[in-house]
Amino acid sequence: MNKKPIIELEGICFSYPGGTPVLRDLALSLYEKEHIGLIAPNGSGKTTLFHVIMGLIKPDAGCITAFGRKVSGEKDFIEVRRRVGLLFQDADDQLFSPTVLEDVAFGPLNLGKSRDEAIEISRKTLSFLGLAGFEERITIKLSGGEKRLVALATVLAMEPKVLLLDEPSAGLDEATKHRLVHTLKALDISYLIVSHEFDFLSEVTDKIYTLQNGRIEIDATPRIHEHVHAHAYGEQPHRHQ
Amino acid sequence: MINEPFAIGNSIIHRIDPRIKIVAGTLFSIVVAVSYRFPTLLSALVMAGGLILAAHLDLRAVTKRLLVVAGFLVLLWVVMPLTFEGPSLYRIGPLTITRPGVTLAAQISLKSLAILTAFTALITTMNFSALGHALDRLRLPGKLVHLLLLTYRYVFVIEQEYGRLVRAAKVRGFRSKTNLHTYKTIAYLIAMLFVRSAARADRVDHAMRCRGFNGRFYCLTDFPRHWRNWVFGSLMMALILGLGAIEVLSVKC
Repeated sequence: MNKKPIIELEGICFSYPGGTPVLRDLALSLYEKEHIGLIAPNGSGKTTLFHVIMGLIKPDAGCITAFGRKVSGEKDFIEVRRRVGLLFQDADDQLFSPTVLEDVAFGPLNLGKSRDEAIEISRKTLSFLGLAGFEERITIKLSGGEKRLVALATVLAMEPKVLLLDEPSAGLDEATKHRLVHTLKALDISYLIVSHEFDFLSEVTDKIYTLQNGRIEIDATPRIHEHVHAHAYGEQPHRHQ
Repeated sequence: MINEPFAIGNSIIHRIDPRIKIVAGTLFSIVVAVSYRFPTLLSALVMAGGLILAAHLDLRAVTKRLLVVAGFLVLLWVVMPLTFEGPSLYRIGPLTITRPGVTLAAQISLKSLAILTAFTALITTMNFSALGHALDRLRLPGKLVHLLLLTYRYVFVIEQEYGRLVRAAKVRGFRSKTNLHTYKTIAYLIAMLFVRSAARADRVDHAMRCRGFNGRFYCLTDFPRHWRNWVFGSLMMALILGLGAIEVLSVKC
């Protein structure tokens, strides 16, 4: 590829105080409009990885390049956070305003948009996600799936160039998951999704890596595996779509 | 879940600018709190009752809320007349009921009821975010407003977390008794709640920083101008001044 990656991590090491290393010499490049999936078991350091990219925690070693510039201090990361959106695993952490509209408008307002512009952007983002009419809803009274979608709206309202999603499909019912897949496919920005649902990842990403032993690895080896399924009248010859 | 049943409504009081209601409620409370004459206190109670009627609140629900204070007042009526020194009003065996004690208990009862009733009519008829934003517009320090709004937002989450912990203890057969095991378990529960709340606060802080938070909240709510606000504001001011006048005049008499 001749283009430069928009986010590049090199030799990132991180360990929590007194713990074993979580990230060991990790390298990752994300190019423009690239959609990467990351299968990561629990405790493999996926959230840590995202926090390192956003500058919320400082790696012990390694360097981060974002949008063609090396970033290290809090000041550099403020710039990164304007262009990279992170969807947290727990939507309750992300929605802190009383009403949906206020929460979605929070990011644009911080970016220096005027009140009317912020409201306009928020309404557009909400209707893009099929959440029109949710503006005055109280955030705490939303259902789990609605909270996740509103949290995504709060991130998208900042018009990021890159999206980092931490387990976006976890705990969602089929209908909401379908909406999420539909939304992600309609985006033309790069994103990096961590999940352990292979089916979900294969639907919305072009490449799937694994995060193992603190490193990102490509596991392209085809493996023989078996499928088993069961349902009523299963003995009748039938087709699956 | 904390409900805000009174915040829903379409009465004249509900439609008044929250800022005016806050200012009126505060001034009313100050005047009532410093008044001691019965004519003033009774007029204040009548005025507060009038506000409740104007707000079309469910009277039974309002009474229920006032009963919470009534419990405290009963205690006051038991203690004050017996312990306050002064000329006696009535004797029951060795017990003396004093006149100033009864007077003071009556004053405190009237004051607290009047203030609480007025606050129910004026402040609970707006939802919490309107209250926060109105305080922000009234130039209350931003930090206090954020504290208020974030507390309101996360008190539910912390309550849910508490519920989860208690359920987790219950499903493993925990029953509270008067023994060391119970105290220890409850101490663990509370400690765990603190730890979880602190961790939650960290994550919320991260989420806010990721969205470019720079220490300032912006307020989206608009408070439209309307002649209704001016009329209500002036009326409230006149009534509150009237209360003050009754107090001053009855002191002089």
